[in-house]
Amino acid sequence: MYRYDEYDQRIVDERVKQYRDQVLRRLSGELTEEEFLPLRLQNGLYMQIHAYMLRIAVPYGLISSKQMRMFAHIARKYDRNYGHFTTRQNIQFNWLKLEDTPDILADLASVEMHAIQTSGNCVRNITSDEFAGVAQDEVVDPRPYAEILRQWSTFHPEFAYLPRKFKIAISGGKEDRAAVYAHDIGLSVTKNAQGEIGFRVLVGGGLGRTPIIGSEICEFVPWQHILTYVESILRIYNQYGRRDNKYKARIKILVKALGIDEFKRQVEADWADLKDGPGTLTSEEVNRVATFFTDPAYEKLTDHDSQLNEFRADSRSFSNWMLRNVKAHRVPGYAIVVLSLKKPGTVPGDATAEQMEAIADLAERYSFGELRITHKQNLVLADVRQKDLIRLWQEATAQELTAPNIGLLTDMISCPGAEFCTLANARSIPLAQLIAERFEDLDFQHDIGEISLNISGCVNACGQHHIGNIGITGVEKKDHDEWYQVSLGGAEGNLSSIGKIIGPSFTFNQVPEVIDRLLQVYLRERLEAESFIDTVRRIGHAPFKEHVYATDLTVTEEEIADKHVVVPAQYSVPYFSPRF
Amino acid sequence: MIIKNKTIVADDWIVLRLNEQQSAENVTVVEGKVIVPLPVWLQQRDALQHRAEIGVWLASAERPEDLKGDIHKFSVIAVDFPKFSDGRGYSIAYNLRARLGYTGELRAIGDVLRDQLFYMQRVGFDAFATRPDRNIEDVLKGLTDFSEVYQTSFDQKLPLFRRVQRKGNPAADMVNE
Repeated sequence: MYRYDEYDQRIVDERVKQYRDQVLRRLSGELTEEEFLPLRLQNGLYMQIHAYMLRIAVPYGLISSKQMRMFAHIARKYDRNYGHFTTRQNIQFNWLKLEDTPDILADLASVEMHAIQTSGNCVRNITSDEFAGVAQDEVVDPRPYAEILRQWSTFHPEFAYLPRKFKIAISGGKEDRAAVYAHDIGLSVTKNAQGEIGFRVLVGGGLGRTPIIGSEICEFVPWQHILTYVESILRIYNQYGRRDNKYKARIKILVKALGIDEFKRQVEADWADLKDGPGTLTSEEVNRVATFFTDPAYEKLTDHDSQLNEFRADSRSFSNWMLRNVKAHRVPGYAIVVLSLKKPGTVPGDATAEQMEAIADLAERYSFGELRITHKQNLVLADVRQKDLIRLWQEATAQELTAPNIGLLTDMISCPGAEFCTLANARSIPLAQLIAERFEDLDFQHDIGEISLNISGCVNACGQHHIGNIGITGVEKKDHDEWYQVSLGGAEGNLSSIGKIIGPSFTFNQVPEVIDRLLQVYLRERLEAESFIDTVRRIGHAPFKEHVYATDLTVTEEEIADKHVVVPAQYSVPYFSPRF
Repeated sequence: MIIKNKTIVADDWIVLRLNEQQSAENVTVVEGKVIVPLPVWLQQRDALQHRAEIGVWLASAERPEDLKGDIHKFSVIAVDFPKFSDGRGYSIAYNLRARLGYTGELRAIGDVLRDQLFYMQRVGFDAFATRPDRNIEDVLKGLTDFSEVYQTSFDQKLPLFRRVQRKGNPAADMVNE
């Protein structure tokens, strides 16, 4: 993976110094909260309900075991012994004190990490395919370009105060695993008929209040020109994106207002001036950065391991895990392993300090000391020898990291929700837990097969509910209850689509029954080997809607008893909470 | 006092801001060194262009291209930052310098604070009328927060990868040998 040179290190160290000074000025009262806000936001620091939350950048989701150990250290020393992995491949710590944050950044800088531009109206952390470099369907490895874009966007002087946040994703496989259609800029690195590398550029995708699938602005931008092309897109957006209404400020609204053809015309008029100029990428630079993403020292192995097959036949749990959590690797004898952070009963995406240490151990022992964070809030060991799978499974099981549910119903995406976030209308995590409990039965989950269930506590869609096959959105609190909308038919990947709301909203305790009814329709209607989303696409929404609203959704008394508990006991409000 | 060319200097320019009763057409521009709003320049161009020294300022929604052809007439062009978080002025400055070829004083006015200065100087500002309630000596420090940058802008024509010899992965070099 990429390692800092003296220049990267100097820039990050100077940032720590600058930020430390900003915090001192805030604590002394020289900066008002209003003035400090855009500064702390450029550094991933949010003021939440109970405490400060710090979001740390994990560039394109790739980290070393050493960096994972630093997360464990931060969790123990400054937080409540855990961290939360996010849908943008980052990690968040939820219980911090403002005065500790400069020290945390200094600790991070010592392992080549930072929190630069993880929030605020600027170019955010670049996300990518969690299987980059090892996927069988890869056309071009996106990682060198992701790193080059990371450097280009870091402290870009012109684009630090955009109308709104700006997210770039890049993928390099035949199948899109980076949700490029749902980003402000989505890049697919590919090859043209002549075998030259370039980018298909999508613009104006995004979720939030107005979900829109990105439009193609250019079918093929040769790799040399990608930085200047992106620069021109940002310059047009910075000047003409709306600033009067924060809900209409994302680039998707501008692209929609102008139309993709006019937007493209403006971008390319700006770009004409930059094309072939000094900002043009050089092959020396691409080759230099690519040296950090060469293959590790793979052994010459074969794919068939009799011991593995025997054990598979003996252990149902192992066999299930192999089926769901182990993916094909492009090198014979190797496998990609997804460690699940979705064990039913736990918080999706959370890991304790002990788990983080254990995960770092596993990475060192079995996967060349590297890890990836997925946009579905799980972790990946990308280079595991197939003959190590049994031992790895046993060790990871001891840490509760082998729930065999990747891509299944309980592999839910959930935002932090109303217990943590000031924007949310309703709780997300307890709802995810309630759903996981209801559908814990693995045979049932395996029978249902591939499905995505995404939960957001509000319309801002941090839980990406629009692109879940089933999406759940917290819409309001009233009559002492939380209300959720359910949408159907969303999807990510090459066939991305936005889900449609099925009808009137439901209470917290009704949601699991609603999901059950949707699944009943699927089980009734599906054709041989047809996935949930394919059935929805074939038969449409009507049969699902009809069945969900056919009879009353009854909720038993004991379920109701729990519903007023908004903050779990272990999250008692700390004395340093900025809001109390 | 303003910051100009990285030092604190005295300044005698007056920034004219119209109140609700004034119109660009009828407002009286006093004698002396005045930085007028763009609409005043466009309305009173014939009279103003003969002054020995005149400046103009752009609001963040205004287009620098409207000054095309007049660029050389100004001793100073200013760009207003109505609030800290309005970033349009950075692109206005870049376009004035890089596309319209303006070489005179380019001044940031309005909500100009320490933590914007590094970015502002990169896109082409060389003068900063910092907010009067702040210690200008302290604000000056903002110009030197960073000693290195990755990307091109007006101040730095070459990206880092064209300026310096950066090292690749030493482990990978060994594999290649």
